[in-house]
Amino acid sequence: MSDSKEPASKSFLDSIFKIRPTRPGEVYGVPGQGDSLMISAISGIAIIGFWALATSMGWIKPLFLPSPVAIFQKFIQVATEGFANYTLLEHTWISVLRVFGALALACATAIPVGLAMGMSRVMRGVFDPPIEFYRPVPPLAYLPLMIVWFGIGELSKVLLIFLAIFAPVAIGTRSGVRSAAIEQVHAAYSLGATPWQVLTQIILPAALPEIITATRIGMGVGWTTLVAAEMVAATSGIGFMVLSASQFLQTSTVIMGIFIIAAIAYAFDLLMRFLERKLVPWKGFA
Amino acid sequence: MGSLHVDRVSVEFPAGRHAPVVVALKEVDLKIQPGEFVVALGASGCGKSTLLNLLAGFLSPSQGQIKLNDAVVSGPGADRAVVFQKHALLPWLNVIDNVAFGLKLRGMGKSARYDTARKHLVHLGLGAFETHPVYQLSGGMQQRVGIARALASDPEILLMDEPLGALDALTREKAQELIIRIWKDTSKMVFFITHSVEEALFMGTRLIVMSPRPGRITHTFDLDFGRRFLAGADARTVKASPDFIKMREQVLKIIFGDEEAAGGDHV
Repeated sequence: MSDSKEPASKSFLDSIFKIRPTRPGEVYGVPGQGDSLMISAISGIAIIGFWALATSMGWIKPLFLPSPVAIFQKFIQVATEGFANYTLLEHTWISVLRVFGALALACATAIPVGLAMGMSRVMRGVFDPPIEFYRPVPPLAYLPLMIVWFGIGELSKVLLIFLAIFAPVAIGTRSGVRSAAIEQVHAAYSLGATPWQVLTQIILPAALPEIITATRIGMGVGWTTLVAAEMVAATSGIGFMVLSASQFLQTSTVIMGIFIIAAIAYAFDLLMRFLERKLVPWKGFA
Repeated sequence: MGSLHVDRVSVEFPAGRHAPVVVALKEVDLKIQPGEFVVALGASGCGKSTLLNLLAGFLSPSQGQIKLNDAVVSGPGADRAVVFQKHALLPWLNVIDNVAFGLKLRGMGKSARYDTARKHLVHLGLGAFETHPVYQLSGGMQQRVGIARALASDPEILLMDEPLGALDALTREKAQELIIRIWKDTSKMVFFITHSVEEALFMGTRLIVMSPRPGRITHTFDLDFGRRFLAGADARTVKASPDFIKMREQVLKIIFGDEEAAGGDHV
């Protein structure tokens, strides 16, 4: 019986993994070839459809999972009436300021530090221990310290997010310094470049793809840290809205807040990918 | 027009924990006169790349000195431009900005450096590719951009480190002819490293054959095959002439002899 089934299961696997000669324009044997955009769209619609079905059929209580429509209604309501004395736009704006302020601060400091670490043995020796020491610690763990040191105002919130972004950007930039081929560096020197010119005209552009990737990762970390930063003594912000809504079991507000955070982070990531194509079109070629 | 003088130069790499002192070059003497095209050949480890790095100023000799126009070479500089085998162009700049890069480094204005760069691009048959991204060019065209970049700084000598090693055979032969013509037109000194005996004989006015352990120059040949080509002979005819073939076999014997003496199971 098992003998007769074997060819069938083999052809089933074949159909999944597409092990057959390729059509022109494809490369034989490349894993995961082809465009997945359509499938992603269907997957997204299916998830929302199942969600709507499950809530409308009453399989799950609105307290645990409100329907998509309820969440959209909540979105309209908070957008017009506000939540905890601030409109939705104000909550969003203050969170965006915190995260992007921290990101700007982190890029302005972490990129020079990463470059210095990549370029200089001394700098690497100086900065490596503190960065590697604090990097794996969850921001929630040093949140109390930040509050004790910097108070309950904006400074401690922005600094918490800043610290979370700083490490990945510095480390990414440092490893990006190695992207310049030694021949490029030698060519520049033999054309009469000064060390400063080599840094600004060879090392920095060569590191740019990795710096952009590091900034993308840093941005993701920044949004993850936002909720922690708005846990204590915040009266506004998306993270604050989610946390305080959860205390009143306003599940629809919680989910709506999650969607807003995800949407902003995703939009920024798309922007970074666009910038990447504009700024480093050679990525993957050389 | 200046000359380049390598004066009893030795290079020793210090002993490592598990390795003895390596004498990469031992008492090498070499004079390159104005307008000379010197080609270096030799088995791997013979020190020809070390010699090029010395001339470029990336490496300083353990003993002896290198002089360009009686000034001691103490570091890299625009009077000695290097053409690398590959990976040396800057993909974030287009073709003309790559060629003009050296001029930009010394602060030349945009229109002036573009004029110079354009002249060299046209000379190398790249006039139509000014604004192309370099990473979309073929290997042969990338190498021509590299040569144009080196020429644009108007160096005294071109140091070429196996510049054609990564090209396919057909492109390589065309590039050889192009480089010889450029050399004739600019009458610059050239120091050219290659692994191909045929290329060495065809291109150089002088061939130095180097030997490993310790790296040194063992044979020197004066050549005129390139001049025959420049005088109008067909490149393939020159390369197939009896004296060319005879010399090719002679040089190959020397190099294979070194490989065998080195313990040679280089398959």
